[in-house]
Amino acid sequence: MPRMTIKPNTQVDYLGILDEAGEIDEDRMPELDDEQLTGFYRAMLRARRFDERLLNLQRQGKLGTFAPVKGQEAAQIGSVAALRDSDWVVPSYRETAALLWRGTPMQGLFTLLAGYNEGGQIADTQNDLPQSIPVGTQPLHAMGIAHGIRYRADDAVVVSYFGDGATSQGDFHEAMNFASVFRSPVVFLCQNNQWAISVPRDRQTRSATLAQKALAYDMPGIQVDGNDVFAVYAATCEAVERARDGGGPTLIECVTYRLEVHTTADDPTRYRDEEEVEKWEKREPLLRLRRYLESLDLLDEEKIEALENDIKQEIEEAWKAASADMEQLTDPGVMFDHLFAQEPPRLTEQREALQKWDAAKQRRRDDEETQ
Amino acid sequence: MAELTMIEALNKALHEAMEADDRVLVLGEDVGVDGGIFRLTQGLIESFGEERVIDTPLAESAIAGMAIGLAIYGLRPVAEMQFSGFSYLAFNQLEAHAARMRWRSQGRFSAPMVVRMPYGAGVRALEHHSESREAYYAHTPGLKLVVPSGPRNARALLASAIEDPDPVIFFEPKALYRSFREEVPDDPESLALGKARVVREGSDITLIAYGAMLPRTIEAADSLASDGVEAEVIDLMTISPIDDATLEESVRKCGRAIIVHEAPGSFGPAGEIIARLVETSFYHLEAPLRRVTGFDIHVPYFAREQAYLPDADRIVAVARETLDARA
Repeated sequence: MPRMTIKPNTQVDYLGILDEAGEIDEDRMPELDDEQLTGFYRAMLRARRFDERLLNLQRQGKLGTFAPVKGQEAAQIGSVAALRDSDWVVPSYRETAALLWRGTPMQGLFTLLAGYNEGGQIADTQNDLPQSIPVGTQPLHAMGIAHGIRYRADDAVVVSYFGDGATSQGDFHEAMNFASVFRSPVVFLCQNNQWAISVPRDRQTRSATLAQKALAYDMPGIQVDGNDVFAVYAATCEAVERARDGGGPTLIECVTYRLEVHTTADDPTRYRDEEEVEKWEKREPLLRLRRYLESLDLLDEEKIEALENDIKQEIEEAWKAASADMEQLTDPGVMFDHLFAQEPPRLTEQREALQKWDAAKQRRRDDEETQ
Repeated sequence: MAELTMIEALNKALHEAMEADDRVLVLGEDVGVDGGIFRLTQGLIESFGEERVIDTPLAESAIAGMAIGLAIYGLRPVAEMQFSGFSYLAFNQLEAHAARMRWRSQGRFSAPMVVRMPYGAGVRALEHHSESREAYYAHTPGLKLVVPSGPRNARALLASAIEDPDPVIFFEPKALYRSFREEVPDDPESLALGKARVVREGSDITLIAYGAMLPRTIEAADSLASDGVEAEVIDLMTISPIDDATLEESVRKCGRAIIVHEAPGSFGPAGEIIARLVETSFYHLEAPLRRVTGFDIHVPYFAREQAYLPDADRIVAVARETLDARA
């Protein structure tokens, strides 16, 4: 009986277009007009500044724990920009940049991160799932939605976001396998930010790339410079087009870096060197795009200042509106809302019991004040 | 009217739902070409094609997760777990996502899906094929849990579960799949979820049961009747949400009650029902409320499974003690 190679060696492509100096590879540069080019920069800057404001408010105790996006703006904006409004986004908990691009209001995000369920409302026009916190579990929903799209002969596609840690989860592999078997129109978008809290990328897997995980499922897998918005955009456009044309799923690994904490409850000095962070600071996604746009005379000091002012104003207005709105969110009974389409009697009883106890507590307080 | 087994009645319900609504899809392991390992989905793929009757790869979590995605997209998936003993692989998807999608998205999305799974002992099966872990699902906010007890109510409850706007876990008592036939009307029939039914009226003691324990409980009531005891028998049908009103009314009338299930007693539905009845109806009670349940062990290999399962004799014995008790 022979022993032979039945599957030839497979390869994984790597794509980079915009380097750290702001130079581009003209041959691989996707077609983008001036407005789109500056739009990318504006979106990335907007996400960066919003993220900074969130962190600042969290440190003041005004917001709860959240996962900053700093460093991953190109991976998110480059991919989400390849979608139509009617396409679907299935986020994890770090997709602030992508969600802002899709139209998620800053006010809602502030409210959500301040601990109010109401902030999680999603506009009827937005096909974006709420953030999914258990790591790596949401690619299955993306695959299911994509299967529904195929069943209805709809022309939408789904992008599922997750990180390097998620590729160790069973659900990720199950989603990839099902999507490949059913040729579902879904793009698996991995932001490999090098760290799953304290566990480095090399300890998640011995695989040289995360993109090669696609090969086991006979699915295209590509690694891109995740801090290069053009490379991410080009790779996502290609994958989205293939999915829309019935060509099935793709795995894209965006090589990027989490420049901030995992979440605000995390202290990265326990597990990584400042030198490593400094190295990646030089590769961060906004600076190189700015250099490129300056070389085209699409950006200059004055334009950037105007952008910064607009964004600052938008953020402060949203925070002001959210703060005023939150003062009105005094009914704890909201926590019972939307558990079921129709509330079972026992839940109504519990809701009423809470109201009664709260009213009694209020009366006691009032009495104490009068005395 | 035809006399159907529960398998045939559930099959009929799936045919009817798929016929009536093209949003209804069936997915799971071996549900298509094979017609399901119990033949419960037999004929569906021939009638509705492989786009709607989906043989999936072998992965319970993905079956549940895919159903969630389909439901979010606006379809009405009916997912099958081949045995409830393998549903724990899907548990995270059900607890972390199906049960929360409406709540998390503040009503924008929901997961109207049914997850069917055969549960329970009594068919001489292997390890993991005989469990009753309904408490896991009943304990999870956002999920409904339905357990039919005969062909006719199985068909009607499955129809309602598929139409329900929220995720429904549908526990099928596999010991009753082919154990008896029942007249099932030709025309579609549904039964409201969250409602128990009084199977037999009585005034001496209330016997509450569901699923495969119902026939044994009725047998116990027959035995008690031959001694002049009139037992009222209630079939829960929906474990979550529990029909408190029907239970309260009966227990207030009889003053005595026993709850029967094959799941281990500790932290099970019977304990919850007793707690509720004590909270609402304590002063109507004439004797301690009792339960007759499986032991707090794994279902033994099949040579001893009947020793594990509650039977009519045990129910009668505990009923006698309850009837003899004086408050």
